[in-house]
Amino acid sequence: MPLSLTRAAPVAVRTALLTALLVVLTSCSASPGAGRRDGPETFTELGPITVASFKEPMVTARVAQWNQQHPDEHVTLIELPHGSDNQRQQMIQNANTKSDAFTVLNMDCVWTAEFAAHRWIQELPEGSFPLRDMIPQTVDMARYRGRLYGIPWASDGGLLYYRTDLLAAAGIRNPPTTYAELKRQCDTVLALPEAKGVACYAGQFDEYEGLTVNATEVINAAGGHVIDRSGAPTVDTAEARTGLNLLVDWYADGTIPRDAITFKEEQGRQAFSTGKLLFHRNWAYLYNTASTPSRTNVVVGKFAVAPLPGFSGPGTSTLGGHNLGISTFGKNKGTALRFIQWFTSEDTQRRNLADAAEAPTYGALYGEPDLVRKYPYLPALEQSIQHAIPRPSTVRYPDVTAAIQSRVYAAMTGATTAADALSALRKDLTHILEN
Amino acid sequence: MATAAAPPRPRMTGRNSREMGTSTRPHSGQGGLAALLVSPTVLVLVLVVGFPLVEAFRQSFYGAPGIDPVTGFVNDSEPFVGLGNFADIFTDHGERFWNAIGNTTFFGIATIVPEVVIGTAMALLMARALRGRGFIRSAILVPWAIPTAISGLLWSWIFNVDGVANKILGTSVLWATEGFHAKVAIIIAEVWKTAPFVALLTLAGLLIIPNELYEAARIDGASAWQRFVNITLPLVKPSLTVAVLFRLLDALRMFDLPYILIGPRKSSVETLSMLAQNEAYNVRYGAAAAYAIILFGYVFVIAFVFVKVLGANIIDLEFGGSRRSPRASHRTARRREVPR
Repeated sequence: MPLSLTRAAPVAVRTALLTALLVVLTSCSASPGAGRRDGPETFTELGPITVASFKEPMVTARVAQWNQQHPDEHVTLIELPHGSDNQRQQMIQNANTKSDAFTVLNMDCVWTAEFAAHRWIQELPEGSFPLRDMIPQTVDMARYRGRLYGIPWASDGGLLYYRTDLLAAAGIRNPPTTYAELKRQCDTVLALPEAKGVACYAGQFDEYEGLTVNATEVINAAGGHVIDRSGAPTVDTAEARTGLNLLVDWYADGTIPRDAITFKEEQGRQAFSTGKLLFHRNWAYLYNTASTPSRTNVVVGKFAVAPLPGFSGPGTSTLGGHNLGISTFGKNKGTALRFIQWFTSEDTQRRNLADAAEAPTYGALYGEPDLVRKYPYLPALEQSIQHAIPRPSTVRYPDVTAAIQSRVYAAMTGATTAADALSALRKDLTHILEN
Repeated sequence: MATAAAPPRPRMTGRNSREMGTSTRPHSGQGGLAALLVSPTVLVLVLVVGFPLVEAFRQSFYGAPGIDPVTGFVNDSEPFVGLGNFADIFTDHGERFWNAIGNTTFFGIATIVPEVVIGTAMALLMARALRGRGFIRSAILVPWAIPTAISGLLWSWIFNVDGVANKILGTSVLWATEGFHAKVAIIIAEVWKTAPFVALLTLAGLLIIPNELYEAARIDGASAWQRFVNITLPLVKPSLTVAVLFRLLDALRMFDLPYILIGPRKSSVETLSMLAQNEAYNVRYGAAAAYAIILFGYVFVIAFVFVKVLGANIIDLEFGGSRRSPRASHRTARRREVPR
């Protein structure tokens, strides 16, 4: 080996390589200028389009169905990687390069403001969709500054899962409607010998999006707001403290088990279906999973759902869900609009619900007797979604949710008090929203 | 440094002689041809290294575009902020940066020390074991062969609350939560994964140590420990140095293991690469580029210092203790000396 290489190669090549790697990672330039249009989009061009979506057999089946009916307007499904962070990143990369690779985007409902403000997605004509039949909260999540940028095709709300067998053993008939009642029921039930090894309550408390969801739910239920309607951070209030203190106190006194600080949806689901939780806050998907018999699932037929509890009356869920939008840089937007009309229609959503338990955005579907027979949780879910308060809608949502997570996590783990966490959070949010 | 001149060893020349691959000095007239032949490589390097580097520097001078208060749209152009992104690390908001650089440095040191110790031990084992040598060698290399993303997942199961780690230790540590235990989890997983790499490079060094030296030492009455300290360590040092250098550069840009094992934005384990990635994720490419450049500078300085301080030794050992110019030492390399 030549001497010069022996000496320099490891350094030069490796530093160069890692720089290249890092730079590739970071050098995509953001300048969304070309997205600007002179006149309003008319949505007239027809032809083949693509749909960028997460992987889901139901979506694949629908796209195949559309292609059968519309051979001239072929839709190609582009399956994005697992995890909503990765999907968002792919869509942003597509927009930054102004690529027409994606036409229709299947977006998490919290991305609307960011995508709309960057003009990565197209404003949609209100008149083309039966928005009045949809649950208003779900449509609100697709708006930015009052303008429509997406159509919700799936919704979701938090539900309180509870063990009917254990409540019955303690002689309790109705699930709790307030957190105080929930705690009392826990005290009664957990004293029973059959409740050995069962903990009271858990949601999703790991430092990720689920913590934002759980924290905003208790803060909203107590009458507080993280960011108010005018967009100002108002999280440092007595109400918000009451809300956050519930999680802090419950974690400190063991009402929430210690390992729940590592729970995402999946860990919580495991804990509930292996019989380790009396009450569990999770999304609607858990109902079918927990009803499917398996070796480790001990709660089949022994649980039910209720709307989330509150402080003085029913609680407020946060809102989940997905919207379809049209990429500014896509082609054949006429077909894209027609596809979205079809995909978000009541008929399609009824089928999605029947086939894949996808929560619809049409209020009427929650009352259809056939569907309620199949999914007994629908009335509770409808109530959850109707009372839902969306997560803060802001262009800088990733920064906002990161700040919420880190401050709430610090408070729950006892690193700071709830009051200090909230005043620090207000400062963080003010700084984020100013820039 | 006392160097004992050893006679040329027939066993070593041919198999291990250093001059085999050394380049000859290009004669005049061949320069043009040489430049021509090397140009494709240079072109590729300019494209994949030079351009992104320059682009990153350019990007680091720009801030995130603001939002037009009237339309609510994000502005088309990014404001030029000069060195603002770099200056930001000295303000209140630089807290995260200093934490990240602290973690990066900590992981760099805390993973390399055990890796070298365990790696050397593994190498000694691989070099000695007679029966089942092939099996032991491949078994030791398995962790190195597993992609980091996969081993990150494996370890996240091990460090689960109900996982193997807690069962063995009889504890219920929440490894994936913030705190020093998260750092410990990263170090364990990283050492498990990369000690074999150190072992492999060290093994290469061990195998070229002639047996005669050990025989001579044994005849002189040296104990096993003395043989290890006075023969094995000095002779294996060049390979070990290269291994440590490689590992250090790798450890300083650690990203995937903490990202998968503990998670993004956890201040206990956030490294500089993770911070840069997170800024890019939040569509602040200027700040991300600035952090990437700082990391580049940091790695470069450390590597440079490392080579300056220890590199001379590498050359000493490889080229017969000559302190002359590389070419001169190449000519004398045939007369191999064994130091100490």
